[in-house]
Amino acid sequence: MHKFIRRNIAGYAFLLPWLVGFLLLAIGPILASLYLSFTKYNVINPPRWIGLDNYVFMFTMDDRFRKALSVTFTFVAISVPAKLCFALAVAMVLDKGIRAIGLYRALFYLPSILGGSIAVAILWRQLFNYDGVINALLRTVGIEGPYWLADPNYSLWTLVVLAVWQFGSPMLIFLAGLRAIPQDLYEAAEIDAAGPVRTFFAITVPLLAPVIFFNLVLQMIEAFKSFSGAFIISGGTGAPLDSLLFYTVYLFNEAFSFLRMGYASALAWVLLIIIAAFTAIAFWTSKYWVHYESQRG
Amino acid sequence: MADATLAAAPLSNTREIARAIWAEKAKRARRAALLKHLFLIGCSLIMIYPLLWMVASSLKPNNQIFGDLSLWPSEFRWDNYTSGWNGMSVSFSTFFANSLFVTVLSVIGNVLSCSFAAYAFARLEFTGKNIWFALMMMTLMIPYHVVLIPQYLTFLNLGWVDTYLPLIVPQFLAGDAFFIFLMVQFFRQLPRELDEAAMIDGCSAFKIYWAIIMPLSIPAIATAAIFSFIWTWDDFLGPLVYLNDVKDYTVPLALRMFNSQDSVTQYGQMFAMSVLSILPIFVFFIIFQRLIIRGIAMSGLK
Repeated sequence: MHKFIRRNIAGYAFLLPWLVGFLLLAIGPILASLYLSFTKYNVINPPRWIGLDNYVFMFTMDDRFRKALSVTFTFVAISVPAKLCFALAVAMVLDKGIRAIGLYRALFYLPSILGGSIAVAILWRQLFNYDGVINALLRTVGIEGPYWLADPNYSLWTLVVLAVWQFGSPMLIFLAGLRAIPQDLYEAAEIDAAGPVRTFFAITVPLLAPVIFFNLVLQMIEAFKSFSGAFIISGGTGAPLDSLLFYTVYLFNEAFSFLRMGYASALAWVLLIIIAAFTAIAFWTSKYWVHYESQRG
Repeated sequence: MADATLAAAPLSNTREIARAIWAEKAKRARRAALLKHLFLIGCSLIMIYPLLWMVASSLKPNNQIFGDLSLWPSEFRWDNYTSGWNGMSVSFSTFFANSLFVTVLSVIGNVLSCSFAAYAFARLEFTGKNIWFALMMMTLMIPYHVVLIPQYLTFLNLGWVDTYLPLIVPQFLAGDAFFIFLMVQFFRQLPRELDEAAMIDGCSAFKIYWAIIMPLSIPAIATAAIFSFIWTWDDFLGPLVYLNDVKDYTVPLALRMFNSQDSVTQYGQMFAMSVLSILPIFVFFIIFQRLIIRGIAMSGLK
């Protein structure tokens, strides 16, 4: 009994900072946010309980909420698969022993490590300016580019390109995964005269499935949470015509521009549920397409 | 004699055929490698071009920036850097000092508190360990926006808004589960016998952590420190919410001010400051490239 207590004291002593943080900065705020979501609260006056009104308004009357959802879903649905495909393609080219692999790897990863900065968001805004570099490049091949930033039909693409440009970290994870596939499987496939397409779908994809799944979940969560790029490129408002109204941008403005803390909390909870639901769906479907080494016996 | 040449003939023939096949294969491999290199060089150029363009633009005169694809300024305007540095009501010396202050304290806080938690999870036995670990992993999923509002209201009540405390204190409470996970993965690889031997010698848990685990885990600690540095240096939302006074601004907020001035005409200066703002990250990347790349492959850090 004495030993049991001593062990626990040591364990919890080391865990203490995290535990305090977990209670005060994660669980506490999440519960507080749930409570606030049932209130009307503008910081100046105390929160007033209004029951489900925030949620009812959100789902029945709020057009901007619907717009924010559609912008965010579109962004996630396009940017995540595009990024992963690109990452996998490059990783496969890099995988099979090539000279200067270290240099390529570093060059491809560089945008990912710099991409989160405001400097890059500002750069992006200028690249896609009507008089900017992208349109100048298009003009050299005879295409008259659109007003990328002012035309709501095109604005989201600037952010999709920004996201795909940062394919570096899924690429590195794919590379590590590809290295783990036993080489004799590929040799066997070659002896059986399987073509590259057949080899890809019969060996690479199934054996890489856990890594693909891991990257998919991670990138999906990241994409739902993305904020600063859209905030800077849209000038903080989601303009033009709310075409860059990412969910997080809408939430931020409701909370800190209009001080609708109650409503913004409700928005935050809906975001939490959306991310949890998508992650749960990914895990649930993974039973059918992801098989881990140990399960095969 | 004649028989011998006859017998040798087919043998050298096979050898020649084998050599021909081998040469053909090598040629094909070289061609494939060449194609790969062309593809990779093309991709690299596309990837790097925007960054090079930014650096070039930071040295161009204003009227030569837009629509100019070239990566070599026709005249070098180094004064973009000096006048950009003092381009706003507060000098960039202040912004960089602010950023450095917040970042250094955050890195120290993160490394200490996360390695504490990781040591507990990887090496100590205590009741409820698995549940806490699962809860910790779940916090990875929580968007910062969900906890932001209650955190803001709490810090507002504490009178911490417009100070650096809301940006620094949470870092001492192991807020980033990614780092804990990274370190747990690393600590677990270290041989258990070390702890056991130390325990027999009468070392306390803290002594084992400080004198054995930490020194052996320099790569993991360094990786966490580097990522912590980069993320804090780049952090935009936190300072945006908590800092209102221009002289308290960190570099990302200052850059945003450059960007949102309606009358922006000083693009060269804006790019000059942008380049300086990512320079520390770039230097870190060059120096610690191998650590960073291994860290990602190990834990899936972004």
